[in-house]
Amino acid sequence: MKFALFTGCVAKGATRELMLATIKSAEALGIDFIEMKSAACCGAGVISEKNPVLTDAINARTFALAEEQGLDIITICSTCQGNLKKSECHLDEDVEYKDKINHVLKDGGHQYEGGKIKIKHFSNILATPEGKALLKEKIKRPLTGLKTAGFYGCYVLRPSELSEYEDPDNPKELEELFEILGATPVYYPSRIKCCGFPIIMMNKDASHAMAGNALIEAVEGGADCVVTGCPLCHLSLDSYQPEIESMQKKHYSIPILHLPQLVALALGFSPEEIGMDKHIVSTVGLDKILAQHA
Amino acid sequence: MAKFRIKRYNPEKQAEPYYEEFDYDIPEGATLLDCLNHLKWNVDGTLTYRMSCRSAICGSCAMKGNGHALLACQKQAAHLLKDGSDTITIEPLGNMPVIKDLATDFQQFWDKVDQVKPYLQNKEKPPERERQQSPQQFRKIDDATTCIMCGACYSDCNVLEVDKNFLGPAALAKAQRFVGDSRDQATRDRIKELSKPGGMWDCTHCGECVERCPKPAEPFYRIKELMAVGLEEGVTNNVGARHALSFVKSVKHSGRLNESKIPIESMGYFNIKGLLDLVPVGLRMLLKMKIPPIIHKPIDDAKDVRRIFEEFGE
Repeated sequence: MKFALFTGCVAKGATRELMLATIKSAEALGIDFIEMKSAACCGAGVISEKNPVLTDAINARTFALAEEQGLDIITICSTCQGNLKKSECHLDEDVEYKDKINHVLKDGGHQYEGGKIKIKHFSNILATPEGKALLKEKIKRPLTGLKTAGFYGCYVLRPSELSEYEDPDNPKELEELFEILGATPVYYPSRIKCCGFPIIMMNKDASHAMAGNALIEAVEGGADCVVTGCPLCHLSLDSYQPEIESMQKKHYSIPILHLPQLVALALGFSPEEIGMDKHIVSTVGLDKILAQHA
Repeated sequence: MAKFRIKRYNPEKQAEPYYEEFDYDIPEGATLLDCLNHLKWNVDGTLTYRMSCRSAICGSCAMKGNGHALLACQKQAAHLLKDGSDTITIEPLGNMPVIKDLATDFQQFWDKVDQVKPYLQNKEKPPERERQQSPQQFRKIDDATTCIMCGACYSDCNVLEVDKNFLGPAALAKAQRFVGDSRDQATRDRIKELSKPGGMWDCTHCGECVERCPKPAEPFYRIKELMAVGLEEGVTNNVGARHALSFVKSVKHSGRLNESKIPIESMGYFNIKGLLDLVPVGLRMLLKMKIPPIIHKPIDDAKDVRRIFEEFGE
């Protein structure tokens, strides 16, 4: 399997451990990721607040780059995934609009044709029968005894017609992957809700309350950790967890993992090799749980 | 045979809500409302819910089916049976107090709609006949005018769950209906009001309102249109607007987001309290070296991205 890797900004910035774990797990699985080094930010749903056409134009350029490589795009961020899919939809449903954007892309040597490449989140690839078989074959350290609570990230689920998950109102893909990795999934209502990150600066209390509700539900459901496919959710749930705890006057200290980190753990990498020591909430307890069941 | 697991609550008789199960063989093609009507008319006349048109026009029968808001008259009951399950869970709308069973109190919902002044503001003398709009002008408000005030978006809004001060998706979509109206003259005043805390910039982009909206009103997309008008009008003395401007500037410059700059620029250089709020998380991340690279590296061929920004007016 070979894909064009759209890293997104955050995996190259504040959550570089996500990038590290993605590369390591892909290598171990024999999946070939070619990083799209000249692809621009997806706009994160923010550039479109000011200029929706520009958002679609820079994403059309990204799609054109993938078409030139002849590879489907893989994202490792729910926000990137959702925003790229939205732009793809805008461009593909209106030929005149696409032509207008292509006219501008032409001067940079790019043209987006459409219909040639697919855009999928890493979890979508792992959740295919082929991906699942690959995981089963390569697991070195089943995560037996680890109770994992999935946190999907809004943009991969809604709007549902653009989602790559089978039932976005009640998705099961992350939980199925946890089971394949040997972990025990924890289901809780907030797993498909918002982490609050987009308004962390505009309405801090509401943002932390959203994240806090998810954390409480996960803890009450017996989870040892929360696993997310979105680095923005990770920032909200991990980096701001001390603020959330003090606001809610609760102490849960629940580790938050990036999905590729969980995969990499099962593939035999040590927590340090995949940057788990970079997290704000310590992940040391997870190793103890795994050691108990080894 | 399907099970209808309905959340019941009569505050005059019960201290707490409870679930009651009804068995019913769903007739082919029956909507959820058809099934509820059968149960009310033949099994338990005390079951309470609102309904009227049965055609997804009046917006009365919004409720939750399997945890998500919907119009009972617009959803086939059999479609709510998934993965071999024989049970449909029916609950009242969220984010509102329950009056009885599935009937909720819409007072806060209407108060918020009132708050956005949902009427045309035009100081000119009315013309002899109506104030006309071209089809192009109407198109800007076409989607928002389809709102039937059912409350489905309000029910599932993730922000309203934690902050009752938020205007919410329905009121904001209604606001766009007037901000975008070529005959309205209060755009700037409206945008200033909508830019205050609890307004459009407090939307968390979760997309629930788009997903639950039974019409093309799709509030989140209307909220984005409001944001664009806010930036165009230069109403930028707030964190949300500064965040959007900083984001655009950053990606134009290097093709990717500069995560070190955006929190500071969003808060505003003179917003001391806001900036101080960033210190604990900043220090915490610094101690773990969980910070963006000190030298912000542009993407390859950032020049081409900059050119595209300029071509599209940025």
